[in-house]
Amino acid sequence: MYKLEVQDLHKRYGSHEVLKGVSLAAKAGDVISIIGSSGSGKSTFLRCINLLEQPHGGKILLNGEELKLVANKEGALKAADPKQLQRLRSRLAMVFQHFNLWSHMSALENVMEAPVHVLGIAKAEAREKAEHYLNKVGVAHRKDAYPAHMSGGEQQRVAIARALAMEPEVMLFDEPTSALDPELVGEVLKVMQDLAQEGRTMVVVTHEMGFAREVSNQLVFLHKGVVEERGDPREVLVNPQSERLQQFLSGSLK
Amino acid sequence: MIFDYNVIWENLPLYLGGVLVTLKLLLISLAFGLALAIPLGLMRVSKSALLNFPAWLYTYVIRGTPMLVQLFLIYYGLAQFDAVRESFLWPYFSSATFCACLAFGINTSAYSAEILAGSLKSTPHGEIEAAKAMGMSRAKLYRRILLPSALRRALPQYSNEVIMMLHTTSLASIVTLIDITGAARTVSSQHYLPFEAFITAGLFYLCLTFVLVRLFKHAERRWLAYLAPRKA
Repeated sequence: MYKLEVQDLHKRYGSHEVLKGVSLAAKAGDVISIIGSSGSGKSTFLRCINLLEQPHGGKILLNGEELKLVANKEGALKAADPKQLQRLRSRLAMVFQHFNLWSHMSALENVMEAPVHVLGIAKAEAREKAEHYLNKVGVAHRKDAYPAHMSGGEQQRVAIARALAMEPEVMLFDEPTSALDPELVGEVLKVMQDLAQEGRTMVVVTHEMGFAREVSNQLVFLHKGVVEERGDPREVLVNPQSERLQQFLSGSLK
Repeated sequence: MIFDYNVIWENLPLYLGGVLVTLKLLLISLAFGLALAIPLGLMRVSKSALLNFPAWLYTYVIRGTPMLVQLFLIYYGLAQFDAVRESFLWPYFSSATFCACLAFGINTSAYSAEILAGSLKSTPHGEIEAAKAMGMSRAKLYRRILLPSALRRALPQYSNEVIMMLHTTSLASIVTLIDITGAARTVSSQHYLPFEAFITAGLFYLCLTFVLVRLFKHAERRWLAYLAPRKA
């Protein structure tokens, strides 16, 4: 059975269709990289999975449980049952391009917040867990610092710890290294590589071709809202079939 | 010109009583105003017109009319109606203290609500998305992320509002209350020493303002540390 299944996702802004039926299926332990040029719809696709964006068509299933959707007046789909959406979201932790840490909380408080107030875990246990995950991503020494007082790499690692503390089924990464200075990219990618090796299920929107090739076991190339090519990253990146991917790679492959 | 210290010294108890009245008016109206401002501020950022419009109208009317007019309307205006005079509320509305606190509380609630609404609107969108993505319900999002963050960021502006309110309480002296200004008016008319009387009142307000500014500095250091530059 698939951990996460997305079937035939459609999304438009006004009359402009940004996703024209994109599907994805992740088994436990899969690491799926989604690549594509800006405007290809890759971030929008990821954000539709946990309904931060409202799709106009398609199905989303987590562990075989389908997210119940209803259309609003404009035809966009929203959750039929907010409780179900909240429950599924709590099992689909997301890491953002701009970290999106809660600025008025320390690193430790950021990591403890959702386990305590969404999952209902006791504070002492959540603190222990938070310290464990902060340690794991290598920022335990910054646990009392506020986000604004940390470097981008530290903030993103705290954000990853915050996602891990939810002990999610699937982790969604939305260009997690795109806002970082080049010398800070490595520390975040290293953490993500460790997570992949632990067998965590991850869907990663990325521009890091090295990561896509070395860490992920599935690659999805999006172009203008459709999957232009997909498969084993080592094959697809070495021997791209479509002209679009060849063009894309000639511009970006390191 | 000779400053008549003796008159001030003799009337010091009157002034100190006035300080207590001023503080009482200030604290009651701030507490009442803030309690009202939080729901009003939340209504002002609501997308639902049914919630937003009444709060908008309220803050527009209150901020669009002078404090003194509001105070006169409540203290003198309402007394004109038999229904008010005969109702169980009359003991309240015939009390100058009650009317002053009510008028000041309503006034500060409108200003504070707008401060809070502005602060809520400037919450970084990403922080709201992160809360949603973690599975927070709307109520939790407001209680755990939006309000704690917005209330903190509203502190500097709110400290201005509090200092303005301290000075606004001087209007209470017009409806017979002996606050600091009321004490000064009494001294001034009894001894015909307006300069001494009012400069003393001014000094008391200055001292109170100083204390308030210190208190808010302290509060900001505690709750807004995350916006301050990083310490070495």
